[in-house]
Amino acid sequence: MIELDGVRIEVPGFAVADACLRIERGEFFCLLGHTGSGKSLLLEAIAGLMPTAAGRILLEGRDVTRLPPERRGIGIVYQDSALFPHLNVQRNIRYGLRHHGQSLAQARPRLDRIMDLLDLKRLGRRSVTHLSGGERQRVALARALAVQPSVLLLDEPLTALDPNFREEVRRALKDLHREMGLTFLMVTHDFAEALYLAGRVAVIQGGCIRQVGATEEVFRHPATPEVAAFLGMRNIFAARFANGSARFQGLECPLTLDGPARDGFLALRPEDVAVSRTPPAGNGWTAYTGRVDQLLNLGFQFEVTVLVGKAVFTSFVTQRDLLDMGLREGDEVSVAFDPVRAHAM
Amino acid sequence: MPSAASAPVVSRGLFHWLMLASGLVILAFIVLPLYQMVTAPSPAMMWKTLQDKEVMASIWLSVWTSSAAAGIAFVFGTPLAYLLARTTFPGKRLVESIIDLPIMIPHPVVGIAMLTLAGRNHAMGRALQEMGVRIMGTETGIVAVLLFVGLPFYVNTAKAGFEAVPRRLENVSRSLGAGRGATFVRVTTPLAWRHMLAGIIMCAARAVSEFGAIVIVAYHPMIAPVLMYERFTAYGLAYSQPVAVWLIVVCLVLFLLLRLVSLPREKAS
Repeated sequence: MIELDGVRIEVPGFAVADACLRIERGEFFCLLGHTGSGKSLLLEAIAGLMPTAAGRILLEGRDVTRLPPERRGIGIVYQDSALFPHLNVQRNIRYGLRHHGQSLAQARPRLDRIMDLLDLKRLGRRSVTHLSGGERQRVALARALAVQPSVLLLDEPLTALDPNFREEVRRALKDLHREMGLTFLMVTHDFAEALYLAGRVAVIQGGCIRQVGATEEVFRHPATPEVAAFLGMRNIFAARFANGSARFQGLECPLTLDGPARDGFLALRPEDVAVSRTPPAGNGWTAYTGRVDQLLNLGFQFEVTVLVGKAVFTSFVTQRDLLDMGLREGDEVSVAFDPVRAHAM
Repeated sequence: MPSAASAPVVSRGLFHWLMLASGLVILAFIVLPLYQMVTAPSPAMMWKTLQDKEVMASIWLSVWTSSAAAGIAFVFGTPLAYLLARTTFPGKRLVESIIDLPIMIPHPVVGIAMLTLAGRNHAMGRALQEMGVRIMGTETGIVAVLLFVGLPFYVNTAKAGFEAVPRRLENVSRSLGAGRGATFVRVTTPLAWRHMLAGIIMCAARAVSEFGAIVIVAYHPMIAPVLMYERFTAYGLAYSQPVAVWLIVVCLVLFLLLRLVSLPREKAS
């Protein structure tokens, strides 16, 4: 269990302010944020590698705020593995044993299990300088787990990997978490990773934790326009919600919200916006007529920007649909969406 | 079709040849005097010098005092080098400049400064003398001077070595339960030892070559450079050359060692 109670971290020109977070034992928790959002600072503070200016950090109910890293009972895995280059795979993994007063004989059954889980048996005496990215990361995981930490901290463990190794390590992480029942705290900027791995997430921006919740919930219902933008929502409009509808940029769509009329934001995922030659009929969708402003080839699909008055809608259209429609820039089209998919903030 | 082994497609221009010519002049400037001196004494003369007890004693004195200075620099310079590599603090630049001072100061000034501190007119000098430590004209004095001039070479080289060790490795080590000391012994030192060793050798090599500060602090017992100087002034060039050659041989061995340890490690099989 990890508890952050009003943690403040100060570095020149930046601060993480008043971070409060409670991560339950055995959870897989993701701290999401862009580069420079303060997420890694928070991770290093939990590890004891970054001093805190205020607040308390509790691990398993124990106040560790003033404890050095070696006495916190944490494991850490960095993006670049940070394996000890002068030690072979086996010695890397066994590195921490002696500092936990464990003999190799005592630890062997556990190490065998970890190495089995991570498929490292055959690497044993290899030099770590000749491992693949995925192997390096699995060795780093084994090394951290060998000393039985109460919490495993993962600093962008998948970011530096080639896509095929990324899948390998991602699966290893998921298996490990299921098998070992440890608390995992992963820092990442990639929401897709969080969707796959984490039960709950926190979004951190500019040193502030903006939203905490179940992964799906945060993905479906971002609390602020900034969080929505971070999560890949592209169509975010300042809106006024009143009388069962939302008005934005001179447009209107039906939307029932509880409570009195208020100002806020309306957001739509690009994948929830449909572009077609003729408006869809009879399915309760809201449709507007606009003009194609830009077609951007993204490889498997196109990003289509449609101007409806002053409102800019972004939609993803498959290459095939685009060809079927014969879409060109300047064409008049219909943009439509299911109001249920519209997200009010 | 041109093969991969054929001459480069782009011809080298005037600029390249100018650079090369200028480089060769500089190389010749270094090599020629040394070559002349090394080849000047006859083998018989060299052999005779080798049997000269005074010469051998001076070279031995040079070697061991320089090694002692390098050893002390290693013991006391390592913590400072590590601190400078790993921490930032106000006045760090100043400390780094102080470390470099012995390189800048004219050598006789070093000798005079040491004598000033160790003399009877200074409290520290009196304290040292009461403890039975004498600087003027002793081997202790020689080692002290050599340490002074050699320290920057050790501290700067070791510091570069510590800086090259990623901090993350130390972080991981600590997360695995190793304290600062254990981390230094088990991670930092094994990864920085090449630099540390290179620093020791550079410090020793610098110390072997010291003359200006030594003649002031300890003309006797005579280290090799002082003996050379004396032979030169008393008997002339021909008598100082063999001593110089033998000292050069010793220095060469030191530098070869330096080159060897600072070579990148062979590919692990």
